[in-house]
Amino acid sequence: MTVILGQLFTGVSIGAVLLLIALGLSLTFGQMNVINMAHGEFIMAGAYTTYVLQKSISSAGMSLLVALPVAFVVSGALGALLEWLLIRRLYLRPLDTLLVTWGVSLMLQQLARDIFGAPNVQTRAPDVLTGNITVVGGDDPLTFANSRLFILALAVAAVVALSLTLRLTPLGRRIRAVVQNRDLAEVSGISTARVDRTAFFIGSGLAGVAGVALTLVGPIGPTMGTNVIIDAFLVIVVGGIGQLRGSVIVAFVLGALQSVLEYSTTVSVAKVLVLVAIVAFLQWRPQGLYTLRTRSLV
Amino acid sequence: MTTTTPLPPKTERPPAVRRRFAAARPAAGFAVAALVLFAGAPLALSDFRLGLLAKYLCTAMVAVGICLAWGRGGLLTLGQGVFFGLGGYAMAMHLKIADAGPGNLPDFMQLYGSATELPWWWRPFANPVFAVAATVLLPMAVAAILGSFIFRRRVKGAYFAILSQALAAAFAIWLVGQQATTGGTNGLTDIQGFFGYDLDDPVNQRMVYFVIAAVLLLLIALARQLLHSRYGELLVAVRDSEERVRFLGYDPANVKLVAYVVAAGMAGLAGALFVPAVGIISPALVGIVPSIELVIGAAVGGRASLTGAVLGAIGVAWAKTALSEEFPAGWTYFQGLLFIVALAFLPGGLASLAAVVKRGRAGRRLAGDTA
Repeated sequence: MTVILGQLFTGVSIGAVLLLIALGLSLTFGQMNVINMAHGEFIMAGAYTTYVLQKSISSAGMSLLVALPVAFVVSGALGALLEWLLIRRLYLRPLDTLLVTWGVSLMLQQLARDIFGAPNVQTRAPDVLTGNITVVGGDDPLTFANSRLFILALAVAAVVALSLTLRLTPLGRRIRAVVQNRDLAEVSGISTARVDRTAFFIGSGLAGVAGVALTLVGPIGPTMGTNVIIDAFLVIVVGGIGQLRGSVIVAFVLGALQSVLEYSTTVSVAKVLVLVAIVAFLQWRPQGLYTLRTRSLV
Repeated sequence: MTTTTPLPPKTERPPAVRRRFAAARPAAGFAVAALVLFAGAPLALSDFRLGLLAKYLCTAMVAVGICLAWGRGGLLTLGQGVFFGLGGYAMAMHLKIADAGPGNLPDFMQLYGSATELPWWWRPFANPVFAVAATVLLPMAVAAILGSFIFRRRVKGAYFAILSQALAAAFAIWLVGQQATTGGTNGLTDIQGFFGYDLDDPVNQRMVYFVIAAVLLLLIALARQLLHSRYGELLVAVRDSEERVRFLGYDPANVKLVAYVVAAGMAGLAGALFVPAVGIISPALVGIVPSIELVIGAAVGGRASLTGAVLGAIGVAWAKTALSEEFPAGWTYFQGLLFIVALAFLPGGLASLAAVVKRGRAGRRLAGDTA
């Protein structure tokens, strides 16, 4: 029983990481229908921000708390800059954006290599987050890692904050309007260009927050973004473009699936099986779990 | 959602002589290419440089397929490395078995495992006919199965690109994971013989180059025939307006599937010929990064133009070798810039440069031209 619960928790924690990574991507993908391959490098920027802050702030707990908002702003600014420089010129050609932002991601990776060196670096986790919580004691104990619980809480907080922003604020209303019908939003007096940039800022900022979270579970390196970005894309494809609830459900389901398959086979076989499951799922719902209803033929 | 470039306004009918010249141009270009590949390059280049060129020509074969699938069909496949790898591994498995001789195991299997005999799925590759057929048919079969699942359900655009990319990632991870039977991260290395010929001998290396050059020319000719057929027209129509093609009674899924499968077969053949030219196939050559690098060559040269795609692939592969040896960091920045400039500002690649310049001039002449 504890084995199953332990696996389940591993799955949920993989899902939480996936969700944090996919959340911002889902926003920018839904907003402009462009695929931002540099999203992984914005995650990396968030992680390196944590690393740099830890150099100047001695308390690990304090530096983590400071890193969350700072990483949000740093990555968000990078995203807004990218949107202003390149993406807004391209949003009628979504496939080209994919490759252009891949070029950007290559350059950002090399920049990180030039600044911080090619080897991975590490940050210290705050003492509170290094231990485990014992849920069931005894001979066959069930323990949850505190860092994983923190990431889970962070993911939930990010989802709540984002969905409240989208539902309740004027900005959120404008974003939803542009996602649903860009032309109609434009003629209704919404400055779609400004909404695009703001959405990009928020989405990229969330990548920065994900980067801070990733410092708790793994090393920080120039290629850390590439390793996670594909899984995040798959979450969005399966969840449905621009659909928050789709991303949430799919992130946890894929996390659980990955964890169960890894347990019963090997890591590499699990990856292949997850992909097969995704292709099979798309046979059933080609547009993802949730779709935005439109009258478009495509 | 590809933007179509409107034709420049016709000013005058070309004289008959010029029209005839235009009709002969592809044949002439083909002859020049053959002359350069078979006479010019072997005379001008050292054995080492010729070996490098053989490697670049293999990436050009993949680019021919990418031109077909992406340039004409609008299918951005970021997973050509998978098909390249399938072809490469099929060939390398046969050559490893042949090198080891009957009854012996390939060297890496003796090193890693307690395996005393070949795994069952290696055994058919001992047969040279099966192995050579598999280098092309295996990638095509995988593409056909995957493509029919994806295209029938109208998964397209970004979804397709991401799935093809995920496929490349999963394939590379799987290869690394199966160390005892695939050689893991190292891949299949140290291949010495090629159907009885010793690959260390420069004469035989030259032969491999000639085979590669011939196959490339053959693939270009094949692609050209395909693109100039009714099917080629249909492929472009599907790219530009899939729904209209559907309303006309065609099934766009089949049209796309053919382009995807043919491109996969070309990539498989390229992988198979890459193995004797370079002597190695490994997961590092089939994952996401090499798959995208294959695309960028075609994009820089001009994705929709066969000549552009092929020359672009050769040029980018050459630039990578030339620049990354001298300035490893500089090359990465340069490569990133290439992506950005080629795709954001010159989507037709270098092949469209003349047309863009011409249109720019025409635009200045005719005020109000929105192209």
